[in-house]
Amino acid sequence: MAEVLVLVEHTDGEPKKVTAELLTLARTLGEPSAVFLGGPGTYAKAKDYLAQYGAAKVYLVESEDIADHVAAPAAEVLSKLVADTSPVAVLAAATPDSREIAARTAARTDSGLIWDATALTADLTATQGIFGGSTIVSSKVTKGTPVVVVRPNSTAPEAAPSTPAETPVDITISDAAKGAKIVDRVVEAKSGRPDLTEAQVVVSGGRGLGAAEHFALVEKLADTLGAAVGASRAATDAGWYPHQNQVGQTGKTVSPQLYIAVGISGAIQHRAGMQTSKNIVAVNKDPEAPIFEFADYGIVGDLFNVVPQLTDEIQKHKAG
Amino acid sequence: MNIVVTVKQVPDTWAEKKLDASDKTVDRKSVDNVMNEMDEYGVEEALKIKEAHGGEVTVVTMGPDKAVETIRKALSMGADKAVHLSDESLHGSDALSTSAALAKVISTLSPDIVITSSEASDARGGVMGALLAERLGLPQLTQARKVTVDPGAGKVSVERLADNGYALVEASLPAVVGVVEKINQPRYPSFKGIMAAKKKPLTKLSAADAGLDAGSVGLPAAASTVLEAQPAPPRQSGTIVKDEGDGGAKVASYLAAQKLI
Ligand SMILES: Cc1cc2nc3c(=O)[nH]c(=O)nc-3n(C[C@H](O)[C@H](O)[C@H](O)COP(=O)(O)OP(=O)(O)OC[C@H]3O[C@@H](n4cnc5c(N)ncnc54)[C@H](O)[C@@H]3O)c2cc1C
Ligand SMILES: Cc1cc2nc3c(=O)[nH]c(=O)nc-3n(C[C@H](O)[C@H](O)[C@H](O)COP(=O)(O)OP(=O)(O)OC[C@H]3O[C@@H](n4cnc5c(N)ncnc54)[C@H](O)[C@@H]3O)c2cc1C
Repeated sequence: MAEVLVLVEHTDGEPKKVTAELLTLARTLGEPSAVFLGGPGTYAKAKDYLAQYGAAKVYLVESEDIADHVAAPAAEVLSKLVADTSPVAVLAAATPDSREIAARTAARTDSGLIWDATALTADLTATQGIFGGSTIVSSKVTKGTPVVVVRPNSTAPEAAPSTPAETPVDITISDAAKGAKIVDRVVEAKSGRPDLTEAQVVVSGGRGLGAAEHFALVEKLADTLGAAVGASRAATDAGWYPHQNQVGQTGKTVSPQLYIAVGISGAIQHRAGMQTSKNIVAVNKDPEAPIFEFADYGIVGDLFNVVPQLTDEIQKHKAG
Repeated sequence: MNIVVTVKQVPDTWAEKKLDASDKTVDRKSVDNVMNEMDEYGVEEALKIKEAHGGEVTVVTMGPDKAVETIRKALSMGADKAVHLSDESLHGSDALSTSAALAKVISTLSPDIVITSSEASDARGGVMGALLAERLGLPQLTQARKVTVDPGAGKVSVERLADNGYALVEASLPAVVGVVEKINQPRYPSFKGIMAAKKKPLTKLSAADAGLDAGSVGLPAAASTVLEAQPAPPRQSGTIVKDEGDGGAKVASYLAAQKLI
């Protein structure tokens, strides 16, 4: 069976859930080959996970050349693998790093690129939700090896234990690819909460919170649900919450099972980042707020009353 | 410093965006078009670098004739000159051929630094900075929320956004820098700027002028194709309830009924 290359999404070796999703999707297209690119000693943390989700092979590069440079070295490896293995497709996650690696790989291998796919059929027809999910497009690569960037939360991961053959990739990264060097990494916020784009539940706060300290209400609700915390642009612009957590057209796109919008009006640019969520719940004191036009369940009320009560009720439900 | 900044004209973000029914490309005719908002941050950063280190800012765009409005905006903000690649044959280009065409134009300008923004709001590829770096063979410093240029040492460094903070990335010039919107506060064009923009040099290039092969651009050359496009089924609004003191409890019951808790 033909190979499908899956670019492993990980943090210092720790695989992200989207990797399992990509491997599951790859199994419907051919034989999944995981491509693990990371710093020295990082693969050990990913090994069992890749086997659990059915990687038939793992192509492996662990080196500082990969870990300490932006995008280009990884694209060099992936392009070499495309040339060597003639895969049916290359799958990568729709994260900032992987989409850049995928794009460069498409350019290097003279292949077509599709981003933000939410589904991919056996004949490699992709589904894309464009314009914030308001138009659904089916598209296909017509040249080279399809390089497809897939949205997290698009496929339900299914385990399929395997014993992957590990193949170190024999490659010397070119000097040209080492032009942009990472000299330091600074951690500003380690929340312990799930990744925004991967989370099954997202609780977002907006201008209605009125002040940075009131985000504690949103965080408490989020923690009760094991959720990630998002924010509207009004909230991030005001400096109430980090930019990394912004949801919307100029922020992250999320597609969780449940999205709870607290004190968010539902502007078209916010909607563009969250309207493909499976269930949308809104708390807003203005009955005319646009968010109520597309929420599945809405409470017209003061968030300072509704949210603490909701948090309590969920805790009771869990205890009971 | 010879600074090149790319800008793209896009449908206004408040407009309901659509695809043209005939060829499934973005309908740019029935809506107002504006400079991609993120590119305002790119232009601002280019101007800041010029103000700090001297030099010249050249705006580059590929797009229909109408995109000249976006060029004018960049010039009225303070950019010095512009190159507009415009040709019917370019219509429908995918990201790969767009990047090849832009790279070809940009390389003739011998830039010290090329600035793009992280994303255009119509297609949201978020790939052009990476693709230009690849095509031009230059270091890629994308996702930058802060840029520091040291022309004396021939170096540039950026703070690259990461999930939990940032990475400090360094490169030698020339380089491609991609900026995110938190990097600065774009200036508004002044009246003087708007008047001055009308007299600034603007070079319009056809595909042939730019040395692009007819077969390498536009819809026919795209490496991917749109088979079908349909409006998403509209989201129905659900149950909206007024809080009578039990709003939180009601939401919790809803979540329980949906098996979400
Ligand atoms: C090019 C462009 C890109 C953009 N990108 C994004 C993006 O990525 N993400 C994004 O979110 N926005 C984006 N925006 C901004 C967007 O247009 C809105 O301005 C923004 O989403 C508004 O945020 P908000 O809903 O928090 O604030 P508001 O619109 O001010 O809404 C606050 C809401 O809180 C409610 N409220 C106030 N007090 C209470 C209370 N006590 N209890 C309950 N409810 C209360 C109000 O009724 C109101 O509906 C973009 C705009 C542009 C032009
Ligand atoms: C809804 C939609 C989906 C698409 N999907 C795909 C796809 O899956 N694969 C594919 O290959 N193509 C796709 N395209 C075509 C592609 O968007 C265009 O080729 C586009 O010019 C480049 O992508 P972008 O706008 O997403 O750029 P981004 O990478 O999001 O843009 C980043 C920055 O690059 C610069 N830039 C981008 N385009 C230009 C330009 N024409 N002139 C000057 N500067 C520019 C701007 O500074 C911009 O802010 C799609 C187009 C649409 C409308």
